[in-house]
Amino acid sequence: MWSLGATGPMEPRTTSTNLTQDVMALSCSGIVKRFGDVVAVDGLDMVALRGECLGLLGPNGAGKTTTVEILEGLMMPDRGEVEILGMRWGQGRDQELRTRIGVALQETQLADKLTVREIVRMFSSFYPRGREVNEVIELLGLTQKAGAAVDRLSGGQRQRLALACALVGDPDLLFLDEPTTGLDPQARLRIWEVVERFREKGGTVVLTTHYMEEAARLCDRVAIIDLGRLVAEGSPHQLVDSLGAQQMVELRADPPLDDAALAVLPGVGRVSKSDDMYRLAISGIGEALPALIAELDRRGSRVVSLTTREPTMEDVFVHMTGKGLREG
Amino acid sequence: MARDHSHPLVELTLARFREFVREPGALFWTFGFPVLLAVGLGIAFRARPPDPARVALVGRTDADARMERILQGADRVEVTRMDEEEARASLRSGKVDMVIVPVLEDGRMSVTYRYDAARPQGRAARLEADMVVQSALGRTDVADVSEETVSEQGGRYIDFLIPGLIGLNVMGSSMWGIGYSVVLSRRRKLLKRLAATPMSRSHYMFSYLFSRLVFLIAEVAALVAFGWLVFGVRVHGSWVWLILVSLAGAASFTGLALLVASRSESTEVASGVMNAVMLPMWLLSGSFFSYERFPDFLHPVIRLLPLTAFNDALRAIINDGASIWSTWTQVAVLAFWALVGYLLAVKLFKWQ
Repeated sequence: MWSLGATGPMEPRTTSTNLTQDVMALSCSGIVKRFGDVVAVDGLDMVALRGECLGLLGPNGAGKTTTVEILEGLMMPDRGEVEILGMRWGQGRDQELRTRIGVALQETQLADKLTVREIVRMFSSFYPRGREVNEVIELLGLTQKAGAAVDRLSGGQRQRLALACALVGDPDLLFLDEPTTGLDPQARLRIWEVVERFREKGGTVVLTTHYMEEAARLCDRVAIIDLGRLVAEGSPHQLVDSLGAQQMVELRADPPLDDAALAVLPGVGRVSKSDDMYRLAISGIGEALPALIAELDRRGSRVVSLTTREPTMEDVFVHMTGKGLREG
Repeated sequence: MARDHSHPLVELTLARFREFVREPGALFWTFGFPVLLAVGLGIAFRARPPDPARVALVGRTDADARMERILQGADRVEVTRMDEEEARASLRSGKVDMVIVPVLEDGRMSVTYRYDAARPQGRAARLEADMVVQSALGRTDVADVSEETVSEQGGRYIDFLIPGLIGLNVMGSSMWGIGYSVVLSRRRKLLKRLAATPMSRSHYMFSYLFSRLVFLIAEVAALVAFGWLVFGVRVHGSWVWLILVSLAGAASFTGLALLVASRSESTEVASGVMNAVMLPMWLLSGSFFSYERFPDFLHPVIRLLPLTAFNDALRAIINDGASIWSTWTQVAVLAFWALVGYLLAVKLFKWQ
């Protein structure tokens, strides 16, 4: 049995516990992890289907890394169940399980003085089956750098090397913890392409990110996490649709208005405010905009700025948690 | 598919090996430093003819003039005239070994020797000077004496020192080489990353041992060759025994190093712990001077330290030409530490 936490905003639901291994790559239910007084993960339930890419989206400190490390078997949860590829950690099959997962941690500094080829070869030697070292280096576009020591690589190249180490064991399930954080757009794109090629061959991916573009491009399904809890879950489209908004309006006004006055206007859904900027979820732009202008006039408030745009997952996140993805 | 695949233990050991040889600083501290130390100590304690006894002569009577003539005629005594004040100061600071105050009373010479009986030089000066004085004044020898002086190879300080330096070096390079590398890998989350692979954790531990053993041969060979070429220190025992005992030493220090590095995440803390482990052995284990100088009741404890066992076994083989069988107690101590180190390290080792 697994269900979304009763405290979560989504309807509790249940599915059959005996989903066959063919369908399910990963499931966890009710996982809790505390560090002293801090509750890093607070009753999380998740599943990833085979061949699916599941994204954990959330701000720093949301508990994404802790969750992933529990799934990877690097940490035991205080409570809850984890099942990976039909197996559980700590029941005598850990080694077998480790041969079938690939891992790229958020920050691993691989030995500075070793070369790309030496490191990939070393990782390759841990796996009974696996891919050809040169082939993986080629796949990651590191052939030119195969003989270069790690301390001569750029940030993007190091990240690709980490991915090479994760892929060289030919895993069924790949865990990527913020694979593109701090990389420039081009380096990010190269990593995305490699992940997509892994998925084309039927691989399952669990990745954490705080970039919406990344989640939108790579993930079939996104779990939005905040303060160690699941806040919302669904495909990127579903999540955006769940806002019930065609458009987002971002407004700055002087003097500011109160939220309640804006929320009652026709065609306006939820209103949130960060700093002095209002975000309005608009269901009907045709009626909302004139009403908004009229209301501003009536209150003698001047528009400082007003933009409309497509709603994104960030808006979902803001609506669910009242804060931005990049905020701590 | 024929995969480019080698054994994980080989790959891990190669990684250790490469990391080390690509770090020039580490190479210097392993090979250059002990050689420099041996040069320095070898020069300081080089073999040389014995110093003459340095004697200060004090007095204002006829006696001191006569005494000066007597002492100047002796080769093993070096005499300087001083006043009372200067003589006292020189004796205190060790510039002279003894002060002689002669007095002539009614034609009979009486002499006062003033020296520090706790200092061997003082006692030697007294014997040398007294012999010269007494025979000059008429004492005759009753036995015929002939002298035969020797400087036996294997009994010099440098012969004692070289095995001690090998011991220190094997301990130091194992502790630093392994401890630092493990702690750094932990801090950089490399250990965590490895823990997520199916790598066998004992392979990881053994890779340190095996890479150490390769360096060990080079380290021991460098110091032995240096001692032989520069100071003529010979290995009297078998090379095979020397290598086997060195392997046992390296195994015990590797175990100890893995244990020390098994939990720490900070290189500063680990350095402190390593120093705390090694410092007593620097002092007690007889690398620079014999531990026989410590009180007897401490000897059994000192002999249980891995470095003591290692030094004793090395000296037995290098200086005394012993076989490994006669060093079995030392080898047993080394094996004990190796085993305790590994078993505890495996149990305590923190991967994340």
